[in-house]
Amino acid sequence: MKVLFQNAHLYDPSCQLDGMGEVLVEDHHIREIGLDRLDVNAHHIVDLEGKYLLPGFIDIHVHFREPGEEHKETIESGSRAAAMGGFTTVCCMPNTRPANDSVLVTKYILDKAKLHSRIRIHPISAASKGLEGKEMVEYGAMIDAGCIAVSDDGRCVMDPYFARKVLEYLSDFKVPFIEHCEDCRLSQEGAMNEGRYSSEFGLRGVPHAAEDIIVARDISLARTTKGILHLAHLSSRHSVAALRLAKSEGLKVSGEVTPHHLLLTEESLKNLDSNFKMAPPLRTEEDRQALVKALEEGIIEAIATDHAPHNLEEKSLEFHRAPNGVIGLETAFAACMKLVDQGELSFSRLVEALTSGPARVMGFKDRGQLKVGKFADFTVVDLKAPWSVEKNSFLSKSRNSPFMSWKMNSQVLATYVGGECVYRVGGS
Amino acid sequence: MSLLGRSLLDINQLKNSDVEELFSFSKKLKQLKPLPLGHKVLGLLFFEPSTRTRASFEMASHLIGVKSLSLDPSQSSITKGETIEDTALTLQALGAHALVMRHSSPGISEKLSELLKIPVINAGDGQRGHPTQALLDAFTILEERGAIVGEKVLLVGDVKYSRVARSNIQLLKKLGAEVAVCSPSTLKDPYLEGVYQVANLEEGLRWATVCMMLRMQVERQMGYEVPSLKEYSRRFGINAQRLKLFTSKGILMHPGPFNRGVELAPEILEDPRNRILAQVKNGVFVRAALLSRIMGVDMEGMKL
Repeated sequence: MKVLFQNAHLYDPSCQLDGMGEVLVEDHHIREIGLDRLDVNAHHIVDLEGKYLLPGFIDIHVHFREPGEEHKETIESGSRAAAMGGFTTVCCMPNTRPANDSVLVTKYILDKAKLHSRIRIHPISAASKGLEGKEMVEYGAMIDAGCIAVSDDGRCVMDPYFARKVLEYLSDFKVPFIEHCEDCRLSQEGAMNEGRYSSEFGLRGVPHAAEDIIVARDISLARTTKGILHLAHLSSRHSVAALRLAKSEGLKVSGEVTPHHLLLTEESLKNLDSNFKMAPPLRTEEDRQALVKALEEGIIEAIATDHAPHNLEEKSLEFHRAPNGVIGLETAFAACMKLVDQGELSFSRLVEALTSGPARVMGFKDRGQLKVGKFADFTVVDLKAPWSVEKNSFLSKSRNSPFMSWKMNSQVLATYVGGECVYRVGGS
Repeated sequence: MSLLGRSLLDINQLKNSDVEELFSFSKKLKQLKPLPLGHKVLGLLFFEPSTRTRASFEMASHLIGVKSLSLDPSQSSITKGETIEDTALTLQALGAHALVMRHSSPGISEKLSELLKIPVINAGDGQRGHPTQALLDAFTILEERGAIVGEKVLLVGDVKYSRVARSNIQLLKKLGAEVAVCSPSTLKDPYLEGVYQVANLEEGLRWATVCMMLRMQVERQMGYEVPSLKEYSRRFGINAQRLKLFTSKGILMHPGPFNRGVELAPEILEDPRNRILAQVKNGVFVRAALLSRIMGVDMEGMKL
């Protein structure tokens, strides 16, 4: 079956593609692509009416809660939320219950995905049994079963010897070790950034050093081991500086940033609304600007949502007891487009950080670009389609968004996986 | 603006004129006989252990004829999984006209004041604030020193984890006092604005007219704040020797409960400058003034 996408504004800065054109899809892959009319016969024609056609978005950091906490999110609801946000690939962190530390859990996730997800789902293996940082997981078996990276996300690997051995061992497989950089002896019971606001609100703070120290430690270990290191959800300007240095040295180190760390600061916590509580915490305006700049300069390769659903009952607990995490799939593109509209970030870098950037981090060679032979995964967007974020704007099971009631200018209109439509705005 | 029906969640809510009015009213109350128990009910909800603050609120409410009704969360359904909101709503439904609460979570009183129809009075939320303690301390300074403007108040010790320090600093500065803090760096709050940091206790005592000791909040500290309480006492404990540096007209305060031999040497309890019990006594009248204003208690029947 051949499908022709016509009248599309093809845009992929990673291959200098920018202009009106057509894409021919056959067997779920891009068969032909051109800025002219393609002289082909197709079974089916999709007219994009001049809207942007981008490579399908890739989110390398989500929490889909299945198995174990299906009341917060399932693979089905999470994948629908992802498709709504324009994501055609997501990577699921292993802190499910039980944790994804065995082939059995990996297979369970992949079976569920096959049954209920119309987007591509890749599990990430735990770095340690039960995420306890003590006993290694059988990474070889996990990778064979379908895991594409290793992480104890949500928890930092505190033992530097353990972190070293994981990086060393994984270098055999060419898969990244993803670190949640937080020295928990420094973060203690901190509920927000340590600074004048935590002082004013009387809350325990998490100092920058809690992140900076682990970033520095792991970069040092990546140098020692030649392992592949990916730094999850960076929040501190000092860790950005360390990443910059590591890259200039040519180490295999990459970083990601969330939309909320790009757009919000600790000031958002003034009403002690736990929908602004996450780890790492929102930090200062200076940090935010450093993160945006590093993203613009390519020091940070990927935008990742860290989509972390929690139900209302838990988020309504007293602030210091409420769980960390916010959802982000449905709002990621529109929220980050605010940075483009405000002139802080270029549109080309935004698109790269949602597509070719994360593909490179995860070693996906079959997607992330509009090139012949790649998966026909597309995200169609309109940069002038205002909407406002409301409780019913979500397909996630949870509503813990820090962007509630924001007025957005840009919108994901449709999402295609392997050439098939998996989401259309206003559609079923 | 009248205090009637308003919550007191943060000391910054009060204007100077509010405070002045409360203080002159507190003075009046001090000379009055208690009213018989009337129709109003004050709910007390203390999620953190408290004896003196709770007892002070009880005494204050009885003084103005308000019955106090206390739910002890450790004895109630909280242990059976009821939420704080449920417990507070229960007190409201039982007929409380105002709620006094203490809890370890900063900001929880705001949350409850949005939920409840009755005013909420914050009697301590974690390390954030303790507005009525600030009021009674300022009142004590006013009575004992004759004015607050121009007073030099030295806070000694655990500033970082102390809600008393936080609220006191805000109120005292607003009322025109100068504030300095003296503590080990591990117990400093570097983000406090507009307070002097003094290098050592001796320097602070030479400067101050009011010396306010703070309790070591061991229950809130995270560890490694001081090598030992003995060492803390050696560096920051108030004793007779150090008090020689302190003006003879100055006053010594402590929000209580104090640790003998830690924040203060036992001998200073005999010092004529000690006002610790005056603070306790004033607490009753200041809280009575506040409660009667917030709850709209009719004071017509009170006789001088």
